[in-house]
Amino acid sequence: MENKIVKKVDLIFQECNADEVISIIEKTLQKSQDDVILEVIDSGLKGRGGAGFPTGLKWKFTKNEDNPVKYVICNADEGEPGTFKDREILDRVGYKILGGMTICGYAIGAKEGYIYLRGEYNFLLKKLQEQVDNFNKLLQNKNVDFKVFLKSGSGAYICGEESALFESMEGKRGEPRNKPPYPTVAGYNSKPTVINNVETLVYVTMILKMGAENFKQFGTHDSRGSKVFSVSGDTPIAGIYELELGMPLQDFVDDFGDGDTKAVQVGGASGHCVPRKQFKDTIIGFEGIPTGGSMMVFNSSRSMYNVLHDYLEFFTEESCGQCTPCRVGCQQLLLGIEAVKKGERKPAYLEELKKLASTMKVAAKCGLGQSVANPFNSIVDNFKEEIIY
Amino acid sequence: MSEYIVNLKINNISVSVKEGTTILEAAQQLNFNIPTLCNHPDLSVAGNCRVCVVEVKGARLLAASCATPVSEGMEVFTNSEKVRTARKHVIELLLSEHNADCTKCFKNGNCELQEMASEYRVGDHVFIDLVKQKKNKIDISSPSIAKDDSKCIRCQRCVRTCTELQSVSALAVVNKGDHQFISTFMNKPMHEVVCTNCGQCINRCPTGALTERTYTEEVWNAINDPNKHVVVQTAPAVRVALGEDLGFEVGHRVTGKLVSALKHIGFDSVLDTDFTADLTIMEEGTELLTRLKRALVDGEDVALPMMTSCSPGWIKFQEHMFPNLLNNLSTCKSPQQMFGALAKTYYAKKKGIDPKNMVSVSIMPCVAKKFEANRPEMRDSGYQDVDYVLTTRELAMMVKQAGINFIKLPDENYDSIMGDSTGAAVIFGATGGVMEAALRTAYEIVTGREVPFTNLNISPVRGMDGVKSASVLITDVKPEWSFLEGVELRVAIAHGLSNAKKLMEAIERKEVNYHFIEIMGCPGGCIGGGGQPIPTSMDIRKKRTEAIYAEDEGLPLRKSHENPEVALIYKDFLTEPLGHKSHDLLHTHYKSRNRY
Repeated sequence: MENKIVKKVDLIFQECNADEVISIIEKTLQKSQDDVILEVIDSGLKGRGGAGFPTGLKWKFTKNEDNPVKYVICNADEGEPGTFKDREILDRVGYKILGGMTICGYAIGAKEGYIYLRGEYNFLLKKLQEQVDNFNKLLQNKNVDFKVFLKSGSGAYICGEESALFESMEGKRGEPRNKPPYPTVAGYNSKPTVINNVETLVYVTMILKMGAENFKQFGTHDSRGSKVFSVSGDTPIAGIYELELGMPLQDFVDDFGDGDTKAVQVGGASGHCVPRKQFKDTIIGFEGIPTGGSMMVFNSSRSMYNVLHDYLEFFTEESCGQCTPCRVGCQQLLLGIEAVKKGERKPAYLEELKKLASTMKVAAKCGLGQSVANPFNSIVDNFKEEIIY
Repeated sequence: MSEYIVNLKINNISVSVKEGTTILEAAQQLNFNIPTLCNHPDLSVAGNCRVCVVEVKGARLLAASCATPVSEGMEVFTNSEKVRTARKHVIELLLSEHNADCTKCFKNGNCELQEMASEYRVGDHVFIDLVKQKKNKIDISSPSIAKDDSKCIRCQRCVRTCTELQSVSALAVVNKGDHQFISTFMNKPMHEVVCTNCGQCINRCPTGALTERTYTEEVWNAINDPNKHVVVQTAPAVRVALGEDLGFEVGHRVTGKLVSALKHIGFDSVLDTDFTADLTIMEEGTELLTRLKRALVDGEDVALPMMTSCSPGWIKFQEHMFPNLLNNLSTCKSPQQMFGALAKTYYAKKKGIDPKNMVSVSIMPCVAKKFEANRPEMRDSGYQDVDYVLTTRELAMMVKQAGINFIKLPDENYDSIMGDSTGAAVIFGATGGVMEAALRTAYEIVTGREVPFTNLNISPVRGMDGVKSASVLITDVKPEWSFLEGVELRVAIAHGLSNAKKLMEAIERKEVNYHFIEIMGCPGGCIGGGGQPIPTSMDIRKKRTEAIYAEDEGLPLRKSHENPEVALIYKDFLTEPLGHKSHDLLHTHYKSRNRY
């Protein structure tokens, strides 16, 4: 395993105006669709929303679908607690997102793209709309048959889950669908759809600009490239940083911690809590702990019971409520730790709850319910005494 | 459906099924039972209860077997340790949010959650009781349906029933997470929304969250009151379904035992709604012929097609959704309400009973009938025409409470008068039945000949197609009906409100042109009514329908106009169809309602 030190990178926020993006697109259109997909596969780019599915493969599956109507969707429903990087990307390099969408549209054979913008980010809407209108005109002038539209969410965390996002876009209740079929086969309006995170699409533009080989210089074998991190909590330098993937968590804490870091929650509320004793052995990347970008740093003044309690309150409220393990499971985990804390249930009840969380991990319908076990089991395992006493 | 065959293994046994088959269906082919809750054969797949999860070799997640199609080489395990653990957790979680007040619950003994919990031997104390944490509400605003949110397990079968089968959408999912529940428009009480009281949601609720409003105690009180004369009428569809709740197989006819049980229970007069079904044919058939005459001879602008009015769920649906077509509804009351109005007038007079001491009860396959009996228009006898409506299920409960060994009961006959029935009346219970009965009589009145179908069975109007149509050419008519010579009478039939809606929209768009339309609010007609034994499925409804037609064929009289008691009531009381007295007692009007 290669070890890297924390290395700051500047790909995402590199200035790139509309004309420059258009020229990247023009260059891309010289290549065949398959060559574009191959280049993205070759770059090793994996989804930056957190799940880490290889982007090029997703495109390939969608391209292979025999359907005259396909869609590209940019998932800008950034709602994971502790994650605030897409907001900055949308604000600063909107054209690069639109470029990534157009490149994807060309590669898979889609003529329409949609940005699904988180309801709470509506303050970005005006500027984005202007950019989209301008960009659509530029594409039209260059005879590129692709058009981007904006859709606004209404504030539900679950709508960041891709199939719930499609339901929301179709005007229905934002509830995840059964899978299969996957979006590459039946996504928005039941048509083959590529849905990518904001950051992923920007990297696409950069890969097509700089070439896959240059992109692969960053990161490790399993985690190519860099990643934008939202750093918050007990750190003197909270903010947004683009860093190479594959760094040991210890190096990150050395750079960003306040000297008293006892735990880092990697990947937001639905991610893993890593305690101090595991910093050295934890790699931030797909070979270790993958993340959508949130790094919440906690020092010894923090109660991990309160941290877990907050997360569980969040999930209890934001579960769509459709499937049993998630709807009822979240409530039981929340009430369960409260009962243990108050002494109404014995500490051994935490073991029952961990088993329940493990069931949720395999039996819930979507990623929301499946991932509650990540914070629950990692915090209960590592900070049991804080939960009980 | 695809022709591709997929090979897989379930619990190490090989099976080959068509592509697109779900794991659940494939397992059923191998006789492996996988428990389900949110799944229902009449509804779309939801995959949200997660009770049916199974393990697929190599997969990170358990798969909801109801929602996961098979794939080549798949290896499925339906009862592995991982599966059992998850399944028990799901049941325990559901129990933790379910008010397990079982002994008092109407669904006790017929509750899918209860059955599953006892199968897995899990209790409701593993996790924290969530029922106590919430302000659940019991809505008994409707005279037909009781909605108890504390028993709801959010499987959404009711929502899918209301939307998919009935196109009503009175019930919907609101809020998310721990605040999610099943509600109505603006969370209004059930009696203030578009609910048609069809009760199809009750038939598909796995627990006791949705049940009928029960009136058995009121009926027991009336029976036990020596000053009351309690009259009971039984709808056609009850006799082919009641047995299911009392030890018989689906499709077993129990007409004689039904009568016998009602007499044992203590009803003073056991009579038959079939009598007023036959009467309905006389009134409605005459109304149709009159409308046709006014349209064809007098050139009047008469509302056609005429539509049947027997199904109170359908009537309320029409009042909400298509108020501009209310004039097309026959003015005939439903057989239940005709019966009620006649019981407290004609029957009371004939038998020398003071109608104020009469309690009129009906046994119906329906919960909308409870609403109908409470409509303010339904008091033409000077009293509430029908006092209490019980469902088939409520009657089964009373039979059990009375300690009657139903299986061993001897058959008995209905009392007279208003107890005679023809086969035409019996088939009111199945979709197409009213149409068939009407055609048997109308054709014969007009031509003097029997309908030109083998053995009187008008097969084009039968069956489970959602919308059916047929036509009958009328020739060689009697002189007084000369205006109908050569007329091709076009009819259509729909059952289930989604199908009714499709037909109404086609009429509004003037895409179709019929003279007479039969609509039943429930899938399959009354045999699939919201008050019938649970469970329901296409297979069950078909068996009940077969029983209805067998009952028809077994009766000596099969045409409504041949019912001797019908002839008698016109001679002694009503004088003629659509006459003055009929108008007062047997006909009604409708009101426009809002659409939300």
